[in-house]
Amino acid sequence: MARTRTPVVAGWFAGGPEDFRLLGTRCSACACVFFPREDTHCRNPGCAGGELTKVPLSRRGRVWSYTDSRYRPPSPYVTDPELPWEPYALIAVELESERIVVLGQAAPGVTVADLTVGMEVEVVPGVLHEDPETTWTTWHWRPTGV
Amino acid sequence: MTDDVAVLGAGMHPWGKWGRGFVEYGAVAARAALADAGLDWRDIGSIVGADTVRGGYPGYVAGATFAKALGWQGARVTSVYAACASGAQAVSTARAQILAGLADVVLVVGADAAPKGFFRPADGDRPDDPDWLRFRVLGATNPVYFGLFARRRMAEHGDTPEDFAQVKVKNAAMGSLNPYARYRSRVTAEEVAASAVVADPLRLLDICATSDGGAALVLSSMEFARRNAPPDPVRIRAVSTVTPRYPQTVLDLPDIATDSAAVVAPASDPFRASIARSAYEEAGIGPEDLSLAEVYDLSTALELQWYEDLGLCAGGEGAKLLREGATGPGGRIPVNTSGGLASFGEAVPAQAIAQVCELTWQLRGAAGERQIPGARVGISANQGLFGHGSAVIAVR
Ligand SMILES: [Zn+2]
Repeated sequence: MARTRTPVVAGWFAGGPEDFRLLGTRCSACACVFFPREDTHCRNPGCAGGELTKVPLSRRGRVWSYTDSRYRPPSPYVTDPELPWEPYALIAVELESERIVVLGQAAPGVTVADLTVGMEVEVVPGVLHEDPETTWTTWHWRPTGV
Repeated sequence: MTDDVAVLGAGMHPWGKWGRGFVEYGAVAARAALADAGLDWRDIGSIVGADTVRGGYPGYVAGATFAKALGWQGARVTSVYAACASGAQAVSTARAQILAGLADVVLVVGADAAPKGFFRPADGDRPDDPDWLRFRVLGATNPVYFGLFARRRMAEHGDTPEDFAQVKVKNAAMGSLNPYARYRSRVTAEEVAASAVVADPLRLLDICATSDGGAALVLSSMEFARRNAPPDPVRIRAVSTVTPRYPQTVLDLPDIATDSAAVVAPASDPFRASIARSAYEEAGIGPEDLSLAEVYDLSTALELQWYEDLGLCAGGEGAKLLREGATGPGGRIPVNTSGGLASFGEAVPAQAIAQVCELTWQLRGAAGERQIPGARVGISANQGLFGHGSAVIAVR
């Protein structure tokens, strides 16, 4: 039986390999963009509050910083305790037009040795983990040069 | 400028992994602070407790728990929670009560029995909780954030892992002289470099552990101090508990992203610097007046960041200040004379109180082998989850 593909968080991203985007919201009154999306009230203290509408974020940005997780993170991060721990890299990416830094896991196979601060990366669809019924999907950052 | 409050007593339960309950650590620290002040518990008009931390959120109610353990005596009670700044917020609350005339003498207590391993959120599905989300979606533990900050400093300012190791070497040397510290051994740069990488570029010995511990202070009005205490007490002159200003452009725990700076220009000083600035303004002093500083070295790299945010040096020059020896014993501005979190490990609600205990002992000239000669002005600073941070300025 095929697994259902379900986003790990609803409404934060959408699209396939060709048109994948992170989704934020933008305030109609002050134009501030929020990610993770703000759906109830604009958080700009100088704004009386406008309508918050969905807005796709830039696909590409530059590495603000990066690190990795050499030890198995605790729950609610889901891992298989039977398998040896495989470290993965995390990248904080600055999106130029939004001037926002978004943290994400690096695409599989990308290690800290492949990364430098300032390098261009793009957002790509990824898989966080799978269980018998569900493929839990997420976003990954991947260097554009590869 | 607001009035001073007096620090009549300071007390601690040693940090460690003792395997007992937080109430015991808090009560031991409280009794030590009362004895130090020469006061009976029944003289205390108000008790303020800093709540324990469980899964990023307030755990056990502290104020009433400590009051009961010490023996109900009718004191006004308050409990506060501000993550890593909880202890300082307890000090702030006590000070506000004293300055408002609600209490003459207040006991401040923080203690915790820390869970083992990584700090992790409480169980259950909570997709509205940013602290739960960062673990669920990214596996982003606290060291992940420390690693990001450290790498950013390396890229932006040219810091090296060797610089970070020297922070540990310095703090471990100070901590070896502190009977309340959990780790009492000196550490070499080689030992830091040989410890396992936890979150690149940081290693195990770059990152603070979690500990059991308890700390307490007895604070009073200056008038009460004149009548009931030896002359010239240590005084708290400022307590800063400001929040960040939008847009928050530093990726801080437990956030997955910063605010956008595209529309609203960020404030000229980032959050940590604004915590210190607010304290300096309230005290009417500047960084040039400091004799010592206690800062929150959750990681070695973060200590260097604090040098800059406290204005001890210009932006980007934290590692240079360290290399010059300015922040070591005998330097221009010794930092973490207690040994810091590197030597203590974090007992969250007690830690900011412990920082003020160290300032108190240093300003009294009672810090023993780690005494900074002639210390007159000290600052403590910290930062924690959810936009909490604090700074306390004490003078003598
Ligand atoms: Zn708005």
